[in-house]
Amino acid sequence: MPDAPGLELIAQELNADAEGSVLGTYHEHGQGCLIVNPERIIDVLRWLRDTPGQEYRFLSSLHGVDYLPAEPRFGVVYELMSMPRAERLRLRAALADPGGERLPEIDTCVELFPGADFQEREVYDFFGIVFRGHPDMRRILMPEEYVGWPQRRDFPVGGEPVIFTHDEPVMPRWYE
Amino acid sequence: MSAHTHHSTPAHGGDILGETGEEVIGTSPVERTAAGDVLEPEEELLTINFGPHHPATHGVLRLLVSLEGEIVRDLKPVVGYVHTGIEKNCEDKSYWKVIPFVERMDYLSYFFNMEAFVGCVERLLELEIPPRAKYLRVLHMELNRIHSHLVWLGTSALDLGAMSMFFYCFRERDRILDLFEMSTGQRMHTRYFQVGGVFEDIPLGFAHNLRAFCAEMPTRIDQYEAILNANEIFLERTRNVGVVSRERLLDLGVTGPLLRAAGEPWDLRKVTPYECYEDFDFSIPVGTIGDGYDRYRVRVQEMRESVRIIEQAIDGLPEGPWIADDRKVVLPPRDELSVSMEALIHHFKLVTEGFRVPPGEAYFAVESPRGELGSFVVADGSSKPARVHIRDPSFVNLQCLRDQCIGGYVADMIQNLAMLDPILGGIDR
Repeated sequence: MPDAPGLELIAQELNADAEGSVLGTYHEHGQGCLIVNPERIIDVLRWLRDTPGQEYRFLSSLHGVDYLPAEPRFGVVYELMSMPRAERLRLRAALADPGGERLPEIDTCVELFPGADFQEREVYDFFGIVFRGHPDMRRILMPEEYVGWPQRRDFPVGGEPVIFTHDEPVMPRWYE
Repeated sequence: MSAHTHHSTPAHGGDILGETGEEVIGTSPVERTAAGDVLEPEEELLTINFGPHHPATHGVLRLLVSLEGEIVRDLKPVVGYVHTGIEKNCEDKSYWKVIPFVERMDYLSYFFNMEAFVGCVERLLELEIPPRAKYLRVLHMELNRIHSHLVWLGTSALDLGAMSMFFYCFRERDRILDLFEMSTGQRMHTRYFQVGGVFEDIPLGFAHNLRAFCAEMPTRIDQYEAILNANEIFLERTRNVGVVSRERLLDLGVTGPLLRAAGEPWDLRKVTPYECYEDFDFSIPVGTIGDGYDRYRVRVQEMRESVRIIEQAIDGLPEGPWIADDRKVVLPPRDELSVSMEALIHHFKLVTEGFRVPPGEAYFAVESPRGELGSFVVADGSSKPARVHIRDPSFVNLQCLRDQCIGGYVADMIQNLAMLDPILGGIDR
């Protein structure tokens, strides 16, 4: 984990290289975190991956988060690992809810980290965050015809009625 | 294929079409160039569904496989058949009620699932756990690693035709489950780890049984190796099959024995020691080329290393409490409830509402039998997590199956899948 000056240094160099890409830094429970402009996420990831001395070549994990009621509402969190130094770095890109039927969008990082393929599909599946340029942006765990984004905070638990065959007399054609 | 070979031996099945005298290759009519040579017909691919209820898929994994004869030309895993919305449900449970939920994801490595979640919550609370609890956790996790590898070895060898391996492996697995039953009260899904330590101290006699197991296990591993290491069929099936380069595996985010078999000595127990792994002397087995045989050898060696860790943990087990003394998080001892009003209030608060966790985010990863098992928890200050995400190693590792299988035989696909060791409960969550 880069210490506080190290994290600031990374942020400064990134901002010098790609203007306005890092919006802030913070430390939390012993882990450094960069708040990244979602429009520049690919520039930041590429810089961290390819710059000598950084080498965050391993994307451990990618999470979607719904911070409702906070604004901006959605977040995509990248857990990077620098294997030579065994250091972790977290990136957080905040995405506003565009409202209505429209979905929040962010660029895909599959080109840089092919292992993100399934994880981006998972985030899309549960939060409805679209990864622009992803080769196969479909649901992965939920059925393909499913409607709704189940892990959003305003999606109720038990949103579907559990129906059994003995309900047939009281609820004809329940299976439709 | 030239016209000549077609007349002598029809390559694409000498079927009824051969008897009609009509010139047909496969199902396409023969086209000739002006010179009279047969044009190669479009290669015909057969797409089949493998699974989701095939015993060799180790769960409900479905593979869409495009075959050209016996050769796999394309493969696409389809998952989600046992998705049960565990992560969503966790958001509706107080922190201590999430523990049995996350255990049931990767059902062969329940102690690791617990450790990932509980460790993450402890980081959010900045709670230090007593040394005895750390040792007990490591001890149970390493037993669990052996257990998981045994199930893998038994079922994988079964896939490759070594039926007896299944019985041998499950014999030792049962001894581990007996140990779990003795210390935790449950054989599987034990809910033994608590936020702050472990649920209970190990009972009298457990150390004795554990030592007996540790003395016996290496001789059992010798037996497994005697069956498989020089078995001609097993060698033919696994050697030089499913090789994926180390660089490609790293790009795909693959971790665990798969990565180590390709020669990368990457193990979170060594690189970011958690709990008390830095106290123990153990080594990380690595392979050379990363074929099926290397994966097998790496996992078997890991079992030996785990036995070493367990022996050191039980020998060096520190005295003292097995759970942290923080009354805001940990249930008070049972005997205090009848004499202390304060203990009763704490007990009531913890059981009804649960403890509150200050707002924040944390990611904590452990080395599970399948690779990096990470837990990401977002706390919003209430007694329920706002988001729980588990980075399951099987889910990420499954992406390298396509690289392993393409260009190989269908039979090798079974071998690759067996050596990949996916647990669908973990993939689908």
